[in-house]
Amino acid sequence: MTTDSGLLLDMYRKMVTIRTFDARAVEEFHEGNIPGVVHAYIGQEAVAVGVCSALRSTDRIASTHRGHGHNIAKGADINLMMAELFGRANGYCHGKGGSMHIADFSVGMLGANGIVGAGMPIATGAALAAKLEGGDGVAVAFFGDGASNEGAFHGSLNLASIWNLPVIFVCENNRWASSNSAAATLSVEDVSARAAGYNIPGLTVEGTDVLTVYEAAQEAVRQAREGGGPTLLECKTYRWRGHSESRGNPPDPRPVSEIELSQSHDPISVFIDLLMEQGVATREQLQQIDQEVAAAVESAIEFARSSPLPRPEDALTEVFAP
Amino acid sequence: MEAFREEMRRDDKVFHICGNLGPLAALVPEFGIERLRASPISEEAYVGAGLGAAGSGFRPIISPGMMTFAFTAMDQIVNQMAKIHYMFGGQAAFPLVFRASTGGGRSAAAQHSQSPHPMFMNLAGLKLVMPSNPYDAKGLMKSAIRDNNPVVFFEDQLLAALPDRCPVPEEEYLVPIGEADVKREGSDVTVVAISKMAPEALKAADELEAEGISLEVVDPRTLVPMDTPAIRRSVRKTGRVVIVDEACITGSAAAEISAQITEDLETFRALKSPPVRVCAPDVPIPYSPVMEQYCLPDKDNVIAGVRKALQ
Ligand SMILES: Cc1ncc(C[n+]2csc(CCOP(=O)(O)OP(=O)(O)O)c2C)c(N)n1
Ligand SMILES: [Mg+2]
Repeated sequence: MTTDSGLLLDMYRKMVTIRTFDARAVEEFHEGNIPGVVHAYIGQEAVAVGVCSALRSTDRIASTHRGHGHNIAKGADINLMMAELFGRANGYCHGKGGSMHIADFSVGMLGANGIVGAGMPIATGAALAAKLEGGDGVAVAFFGDGASNEGAFHGSLNLASIWNLPVIFVCENNRWASSNSAAATLSVEDVSARAAGYNIPGLTVEGTDVLTVYEAAQEAVRQAREGGGPTLLECKTYRWRGHSESRGNPPDPRPVSEIELSQSHDPISVFIDLLMEQGVATREQLQQIDQEVAAAVESAIEFARSSPLPRPEDALTEVFAP
Repeated sequence: MEAFREEMRRDDKVFHICGNLGPLAALVPEFGIERLRASPISEEAYVGAGLGAAGSGFRPIISPGMMTFAFTAMDQIVNQMAKIHYMFGGQAAFPLVFRASTGGGRSAAAQHSQSPHPMFMNLAGLKLVMPSNPYDAKGLMKSAIRDNNPVVFFEDQLLAALPDRCPVPEEEYLVPIGEADVKREGSDVTVVAISKMAPEALKAADELEAEGISLEVVDPRTLVPMDTPAIRRSVRKTGRVVIVDEACITGSAAAEISAQITEDLETFRALKSPPVRVCAPDVPIPYSPVMEQYCLPDKDNVIAGVRKALQ
């Protein structure tokens, strides 16, 4: 286990930021301040943070419809994220994208995505670029269990394998793809088993333990940087909320017992216990971080609220690059 | 829903393949999961599987949810579904309904808001239905299920939320594919309005009536085949036409309808002013409601179009 307490506390701060950001985004959504739809990342924080902590800011990631966590973990600015959720002119995408389309190219975040599976070929291309550049950059594709049924998944793994690309395919297996259970829609128990078909390493780890994820990601990243090619890393996790926040949502089909069991295994609580046990921080120090994060998220909401709306005719700009 | 229940009772070859069952889950107790199949997120595979089953004696209804999701299945739709009957010299029929939602208006951003029907009009080999109200939707769906060809059935995302001008009757009825419907008779300007634009046109007609302007609202209901004679008939009567289509203006269904009107000499001669298209601008649909509303045509854009036609 890493003993760099600065890194560990940074991980903690990021996990709490994701949790707080999404909890508040959900509230603001239901108060009618955020239009469209929001897919909360709550419960899966250890995956984004564990993986992104193994990356440099120059490494690139591609994300999903459930992308707030990936953005925050990669270092995106929560003020600009929240302003985008509020549909404001100074949000990341100038109000054109919203929750499902936040990107920050300056920190290597190539975008959330409204189309399941679509980020995988894009991350594969970012890895190709890294390889062509001749450095040791890597790329990561985040995707869900459901996305591993898309052709894009299978084609990307094969391509990355034969071209020996520095890409890590991170499957966040939260056991559900909207209202379809993984058990009913996947031909395998572990998505990582699919790696065998493409002759690349595939492993499954406990995705609610941030350090386990971090160590597995570090190893995959090391291999990729050294020219060892792609890895399929599956993190078993769970989403705490329904598939999405949206008006007139269908009822959550998941068994209550399953939700409760998963929530009893909270990635943040698990990490708190570990940090205290290892003497990295006291409860008071962690609570201090919680308060700082809460204040930062409130100020992001304030920032979003007081930001200007786009002008209607701004819709016509940015169709083509200059 | 009624359409599905009736047709599934009538013909045991009718079954569903869906991304998500959604409200169709209500049919499971009667018909079982064999005929109401929830599929993994593998659109290319299950759309193609539906096509294969259709060519092998069944009548599948394939519902990926939003059309934007099913762009991942475009080979099966464009190269296979549209061409398969023709290319094999008409040897087999492929009776299926490909049902997806289109349109915008929910602040869902570009990948969940699109009106791509003009693309499908240009494929040759697919029938294309776009109802504007629940009554037509039921009757057209029943016709689509009984049709011996692939029928693309686009339902507007907001259609279900429309004010119920016409409740759906319980009894059996069919609305034929290829027949336009005059939703309101009038004398000054013809408004041809597709799908969700029809109720917008009707609202515009109510409003303009107070000013003494009389609109005739024509709903094509099916874009392929298009009921061109009905549209021309109305335009010859009023001499002016506004065509309302939520698609991006370039290459829109409105562009095709405009050509159908002006190419016919008799109709062309009856025109007192050039046809007016009311469409979305050529941009992906933005997220922020202010910009989205600006892009999507509504009652006010119809009224502005009518005033232009009247100049
Ligand atoms: C190509 C495509 N098909 C279907 C959808 C609708 N959809 C959005 S999210 C989702 C479930 C995705 O499940 P998973 O990949 O497991 O991610 P999770 O939501 O669990 O994070 C579905 C079916 C879509 N957006 N894109
Ligand atoms: Mg999932």
